[in-house]
Amino acid sequence: MEIVSHPARAEHGSKPAASLRSGKRKESLTGYAFVFPAVVLLIVFLLVPFLLAIALGFTKFNLLRPEDISFIGLRNYLDIFQDKLFYKSLFNTMYFTVIVVPVQCGVALILALLVNNALPFRNMFRIAYFSPVVTSMTVIAILWIYLYNPNEGLINSLLDALGIPKQPFLRDKSQAMNSIIFMSVWQAAGYQMMIFLAGLQGISRDMYEASAIDGAGKLQQLRYITLPSLYNVIVFVLMITTIQAVKLFTQPFIMTNGGPENSTRTLALFIYQQGFQFRNAGYASAASVIFFLIVLLISLLMRKFLKDK
Amino acid sequence: MPAKRSIAVLYSLNIVISLLFIVPLLWMIVSSFKPENRIFADLSSIKAILPVDFTLDNYIKAFQRIPMMKYLFNSLFYVTVIGLCGLGVNSICGYALAKLNFKGRTLILTAIIALMIVPFESILMPLYVVVNSLHWVNTWWALIVPFVANCFSIFMFRQFFMDIPNELLEAAAIDGSSPFRTFATVVVPLSGPVFTTVFILDFISHWGDFLWPILVTTGEKLRNVQLGIQTFFTLPPVYYGQIMAALTFTTLPIVILFLLLQKYYIQGITNTGLKG
Repeated sequence: MEIVSHPARAEHGSKPAASLRSGKRKESLTGYAFVFPAVVLLIVFLLVPFLLAIALGFTKFNLLRPEDISFIGLRNYLDIFQDKLFYKSLFNTMYFTVIVVPVQCGVALILALLVNNALPFRNMFRIAYFSPVVTSMTVIAILWIYLYNPNEGLINSLLDALGIPKQPFLRDKSQAMNSIIFMSVWQAAGYQMMIFLAGLQGISRDMYEASAIDGAGKLQQLRYITLPSLYNVIVFVLMITTIQAVKLFTQPFIMTNGGPENSTRTLALFIYQQGFQFRNAGYASAASVIFFLIVLLISLLMRKFLKDK
Repeated sequence: MPAKRSIAVLYSLNIVISLLFIVPLLWMIVSSFKPENRIFADLSSIKAILPVDFTLDNYIKAFQRIPMMKYLFNSLFYVTVIGLCGLGVNSICGYALAKLNFKGRTLILTAIIALMIVPFESILMPLYVVVNSLHWVNTWWALIVPFVANCFSIFMFRQFFMDIPNELLEAAAIDGSSPFRTFATVVVPLSGPVFTTVFILDFISHWGDFLWPILVTTGEKLRNVQLGIQTFFTLPPVYYGQIMAALTFTTLPIVILFLLLQKYYIQGITNTGLKG
């Protein structure tokens, strides 16, 4: 640990300077003492695992037999780039992300616009939209297995009542991922709605009043005032939604276990399976590194958009 | 009047869409209070979400089949400990980064912001290796210690403490108060909202923990409610009413906490969105 010292002050060596210096020194020591617990915990449980993920990616390593670890260079990476299941998982993750992000953010923005007004009971609507967010994903996933039940599920009963044929939903490889997407949007849109709502409330009323006097309609106000004013909030919401989407795990883990025919296997599920079910921890670590690079790339791209405006 | 018409449109839209959002949850709650055979008999009518033939049978039987109270206690215990320890560790760190001068401060702050990007899923395996080598598997330590320090919480504390006027802290220092005492007696009492916000964000996010507890716990001793309901759901014979009872019961504590502290929770979400 190094202590900040000021040579200019030290030269004088007079009494006030010395006490000032000892004050500075005390402040430094306090600073280190205050950050110490958090920094140690972050190093041991975040930084070390992160570096370990990179290192283990170059090894053949089994969690049950850690003593058999061997260095194999880039083999894991070469294997991953030939692994059909990896590409399938990557594709599914991307598919989920590309659909969920615009749909969820769009729904959230519409919800925010719907409750951003002086309507009585608007808080009841806000809480209704937000209630799935508070409910844990495990509860939601189990609940929706029943809603999606092909024979006696709530959704199929509704479809039946409307004269629409019953759907297999999670049991069919072409519908399973879309069913998970629909449920995910339903669960999480309330979260983004809250952020949009705060953004909307930050826009000055004057702009709307002035434009109304100039004869602007509601849609024109949305296009020329609301959306441009929300630019930074929109980019931020897109960013966090994208990063959350790329991590998709709990829904397919509980609802489909990656099936049917791997149609809902995602990168996070792939990493989990390789590491903990097939005991291929080295291989899983290499996949984790690729996964991290994807998240990093998304963050950097989005940050660039935020800075540009 | 166009204004009246648009209010009518807004109301109808809000009512229809909010029904879409609450009907599944309502169905879960209502079904948990129905006899097993009514749940599916009522499905195709409005009775699906109306409490008919009210019974507590599902709850009683679900509690007999799985140790729900044990799971609930486990969840409440470790999530509260993470939250409280997190408040201590992260707040003093955030305070030092906001108000104290020491060499390396900028570096630590930059590192903490950079580490926010690392997704938990990408360090899952090596974190397990670390926890395993500490012989923490199947102990409370594994569930708690790795999550006490939190880059995000530190950052939220730092942003809040930045706004506290320096004069206030200097005045305390001149009165001979040590930095820790200044923090404890001047800063903390001013910072109730940020402490509440960080605690509830942490609490709700760890309440939903599922993946990590699967990895580091075996058997019922340390299992949390999320794992409890997931195993119950796969445990034959399947009784829908009992599963709905378990799901509803699991949701109850978090709903109570949310209703009590929703202002802080929502503030936390919107702050992160706007300050980005």
